[in-house]
Amino acid sequence: MKRYLPFITIAAVLLLAILSGTLLFRSSQRPATQQIPTTLTATAPGPPGAQPPHIKGVQNAPVVLEEFGDFQCPPCAALHPELKKIEAAYGAKVSVVFRHFPLTKLHKNALAAARASEAAGRQSRFWEMHNELYVNQAKWSDAADMRPIFIGYARTLGLDVERFTRDMNDNETVARILADLRRGEALGVTGTPTLFLNNRELPYDTLKSEATLRAAIDAALNGKTQ
Amino acid sequence: MSVRKSEVTMANDVGAAGRGRATWRYTLAAVLSLIGLADAIYLTVEHLTGRGVRCTVVAGCSEVLSSPYATPGGVPLAAIGAAAYFSAFSCATLAAFGYRRAQTLLAVIVVPMFIVTLGLLFIQTFVLRAFCDYCLLSAAVTLCLTVIIATRLMQRH
Repeated sequence: MKRYLPFITIAAVLLLAILSGTLLFRSSQRPATQQIPTTLTATAPGPPGAQPPHIKGVQNAPVVLEEFGDFQCPPCAALHPELKKIEAAYGAKVSVVFRHFPLTKLHKNALAAARASEAAGRQSRFWEMHNELYVNQAKWSDAADMRPIFIGYARTLGLDVERFTRDMNDNETVARILADLRRGEALGVTGTPTLFLNNRELPYDTLKSEATLRAAIDAALNGKTQ
Repeated sequence: MSVRKSEVTMANDVGAAGRGRATWRYTLAAVLSLIGLADAIYLTVEHLTGRGVRCTVVAGCSEVLSSPYATPGGVPLAAIGAAAYFSAFSCATLAAFGYRRAQTLLAVIVVPMFIVTLGLLFIQTFVLRAFCDYCLLSAAVTLCLTVIIATRLMQRH
């Protein structure tokens, strides 16, 4: 029996590895619909952030999703299409607020990207630039000089490029980003993306799929109608 | 006659003690390989499900795991790591049970793992300038395995 023991051990570990990998894979894909409403973290209102904020959707929607994002953060770019699906599916029931939270220690071009989005916002094209930056994140993240790339996006969006370039360096642009950062810090944001649903922080696991996000929004909407 | 007998007994005792230490070493190597295997399986599943790791100021997992170095030739590095750790575990288990060829094979597996680990640490430090906790755990496991194998080899020669 002892002769076979090492082979039995190896076979058992192989089986266990396959089984645990499969279970982990399945649990990662299953939406955690039941737990979401009870695991929301309450937060204080905090400083207001940049005013007026960038809002997509109606002002008094029953559900307000406030995202603290960094344009150079890969998980933020992964969340971007999920949020777009949510906006399309819920229409006037959900509005999305974007707050800047550039992690400048990690992402060398994050602040410049935030400036570019704000400069586009001055010409009423914030969300269009927001989309360009997330969709093309891989193209500018490691660029030594990202300015010509951002100017290219501005040109694609039909912006006044000269004004865009000027606004990128304007103090008011930086002030808006700093105001959002201060709000995030006051609310205890330490990483991106962080989402608040009606002023309550959503657990990070909720942001990993459209299904879990939908469950959290549905729970909030049902709570309002009851 | 009695002197020769006691010499043989002493030699047997020394041999048994050496084998005991070797068994202990390979058992430890097997346990360490299991830790590395669990870590690599977790990272492989995270990669396959496309779940990101949040960007935070204190850790750069998302930067490391989403970089092109994490998928050389389109293959997730974590999956290669899982295969390597499983091979190391198998060899260490067989070596602990006295299979001498497995001892040699374990060294053959651990040496390239150590070289790749050094390369990945270099990339995290100087290229990406970001560190991933799970990658650092894997590096620590490989370094420990290398030390165990190196001390055993030095003992044998």
